[in-house]
Amino acid sequence: MSEKHNGAHGHKGVLETDPDLPPTAIDAAVADAEDRRWTPAKIALWVGIALLGGIAWIMLAIVRGETVNAIWFVFAAVSTYFIAYRFYSKFIERKLLQPDDRRATPAEYKADGKDYVATDRRVLYGHHFAAIAGAGPLVGPVLAAQMGYLPGTLWIIVGVILAGAVQDYLVMFFSMRRGGRSLGQMAREELGVIGGTAALLATLTIMIIIVAILALVVVNALGESPWGVFSVSMTIPIALFMGVYLRFLRPGKVTEVSLIGFALLMLAIVAGGWIAETEWGVALFTLDRVTIAWGIIIYGFIAAVLPVWLLLAPRDYLSTFMKIGTIVLLAVAIIITRPEISVPAISEFAATGTGPVVPGPLFPFLFVTIACGALSGFHALISSGTTPKLIEKERQARFIGYGGMLMESFVAIMALVAALSIDRGIYFAMNSSAAATGGTVEGAVAFVNGLGLTGVNLTPDALTSLAGNVGEESIVSRTGGAPTLAVGIAQIMQGLFGGGGAMAFWYHFAIMFEALFILTAVDAGTRVARFMLQDSIGNFIPRFRDTSWRVGAWVCTAIMVAGWGAILIMGVTDPLGGINTLFPLFGIANQLLAAIALAVCMAICAKKGAFKYLWIPALPLAFAAVVTISASFLKIFSPVPAIGYWAQHNAFKDALAAGEESFGNAPTVEAMEKVVTNTFIQGTLSIVFVTLAIIVIITAILATIRAYRNGGGDETEDAPVPSRIYAPAGLIPTPPEKELEAQWNALGPAKRPVRSGH
Amino acid sequence: MERARAGQAPGKVRSLMSTGTALGRARDAARGVAWFFKGVMGENAYAAYLEHHEASHCSEPPMTERQFWRDRTDRQDANPEGRCC
Repeated sequence: MSEKHNGAHGHKGVLETDPDLPPTAIDAAVADAEDRRWTPAKIALWVGIALLGGIAWIMLAIVRGETVNAIWFVFAAVSTYFIAYRFYSKFIERKLLQPDDRRATPAEYKADGKDYVATDRRVLYGHHFAAIAGAGPLVGPVLAAQMGYLPGTLWIIVGVILAGAVQDYLVMFFSMRRGGRSLGQMAREELGVIGGTAALLATLTIMIIIVAILALVVVNALGESPWGVFSVSMTIPIALFMGVYLRFLRPGKVTEVSLIGFALLMLAIVAGGWIAETEWGVALFTLDRVTIAWGIIIYGFIAAVLPVWLLLAPRDYLSTFMKIGTIVLLAVAIIITRPEISVPAISEFAATGTGPVVPGPLFPFLFVTIACGALSGFHALISSGTTPKLIEKERQARFIGYGGMLMESFVAIMALVAALSIDRGIYFAMNSSAAATGGTVEGAVAFVNGLGLTGVNLTPDALTSLAGNVGEESIVSRTGGAPTLAVGIAQIMQGLFGGGGAMAFWYHFAIMFEALFILTAVDAGTRVARFMLQDSIGNFIPRFRDTSWRVGAWVCTAIMVAGWGAILIMGVTDPLGGINTLFPLFGIANQLLAAIALAVCMAICAKKGAFKYLWIPALPLAFAAVVTISASFLKIFSPVPAIGYWAQHNAFKDALAAGEESFGNAPTVEAMEKVVTNTFIQGTLSIVFVTLAIIVIITAILATIRAYRNGGGDETEDAPVPSRIYAPAGLIPTPPEKELEAQWNALGPAKRPVRSGH
Repeated sequence: MERARAGQAPGKVRSLMSTGTALGRARDAARGVAWFFKGVMGENAYAAYLEHHEASHCSEPPMTERQFWRDRTDRQDANPEGRCC
């Protein structure tokens, strides 16, 4: 390894400990010995975890009875996470990253009490998890359930341990060593102007598509649903009230206001049920999807230009509150009710690629349908920038980065279980586009029973009674994943709490829960994208750099909202169904971002001189690149119209040229023209994404090769500063860590350096 | 009992108290959950700021609670944080 490498012993002189203070790090030899100390109890514990995981995987993958119990998913996932965390993330820490607790983190050496604050690792874990987990891991697994339970489960679990969690951990660590720099800044530094600019452009366009498709999920969940529209719109006045309360009445009482907001939210859900029973309520709140889409567009613009304190911050509190509460509740409910799952391990659609939910065969489309939960590029934006400014000690990055992503993966597994617990016939009736089912109960029954799935016999009665139970007019073609998940959650919660009428409450609770995340992601995403755009335009028109300049802010917000709004409207009015044509683009975009992040990490590792362990980022990079580039190429070049955007485009164009008046799922000439335009936009976006990502990956490979030839590269880390604080690395302190912590706690208050709870 | 500082887990304060009883342990556990929850929600931010201010021996008086939270959201206006999908 090169001399430039910053291993644990690279800065002996610089990182002298203050003689008045206890050591700021566990001695490397002691830490090593602790890792290698295998007591019988420890061995028994890990053998137990391994056995439990092994049995669970056997139950899932090999023993295939009529049904499989959901508890095996939980055991398989949790055991595998523990093993991966203990052994693989430790391996990455020891061999590749080599954190040094004697070095101060940015939270310590840049401490300002505001943005840079050393935060307790457990609190920061919760904080980071709340920032990374949103609607993504709840939606993708639901759509991928059409391929059976096994492919999705395998990809979520194996993907996270080898790719997703690795990406989050590496990005977080590298950003932490660079004072909390963002991914974009690191890309420019490591890859040069071309790679950096391509990364920035890719991030910007990817954010637009991600916001658009998330918004589409909400629109599909709320369309023709007076209950949903009422309760979700009530979140706006509730958030405004909370904002005013925090600003003027009781500043800083975050938990208090969140509790009040939560109570109001529950009231809004219950009141939605009452309203949906009244004639005027139905008349007022039954909105078609196009109207809702316009509502979200207008909302998105206003929310992004309003001051943060009024809408965004209180909504964020509410969303964090709901997120943590609901996820814990769902985990408990799944463990207690243990639903039986009768979906086949691998369905016929995995191989044929003719599934009605999302088109395309298992490879590569499973891997782009489930992005969040297995590998999510968006996390690189959170793992760089925000969280690294709060980490207290370098060795905690493993727990927060790698461990935080494992938790998101577990959320994805729970979403998958919830979707799988629904009757298969109902699943397909809900998730096939209205173009296929005609949007009617009879149409849905005919379509689903016509799919020829073994063991599926859908009756009209099943659909209407479920719709009645969840308090909706109809559940046919409620695509987008959110309603399906809501039905699954409602069934599980009803199993736990029982009670008639409870299902409707839980269904709308789940819809609210997802809508809240998504709307938060929409305003936060628009805001972040607006700043990026202002920064980019600022290269040509310097005035745009000034983010407090109102005109610039409004113009850039409008451009961003117009970008995602156009795609949203396109998705809502798409004659072919919207979600099924657009969702692959969402997954591809997210994973191309992951490929970009991993490419930057690989270049950094190469410059550090860590060639022996370069495969740690290179392996997931290669996989993400192969998956997303081949998926993009299929979307661009596939001759099958259901898969290839351009094939679809040309098929409809030819049909129009031949003077046909209806074609495929498009009943009118107008609809056919719309398909021609939509596929043109989707096809163009695919080309843009894949081109930008290929540029970034190539520049990263070139940077890596250059570093290999030179035996390393320029140092881009901040200069090391000795630390003056100590805290254990993981959730549970080891005996030597406890001992050292006790020494620090015994210090007089005057000597004790600053630590903080946020 | 010394007031629990924002940054400290309640466990460190616990050692100062004699909590042999089940009630005491339950109270500690509840306090721990409340501490964790407030931390995740960000409620401890002002306490953290005061601690930092005190430790940095700055001669200027610290912002009041109201000023601090205003400043915090105003800074978020200028530096937006992404939220994930």
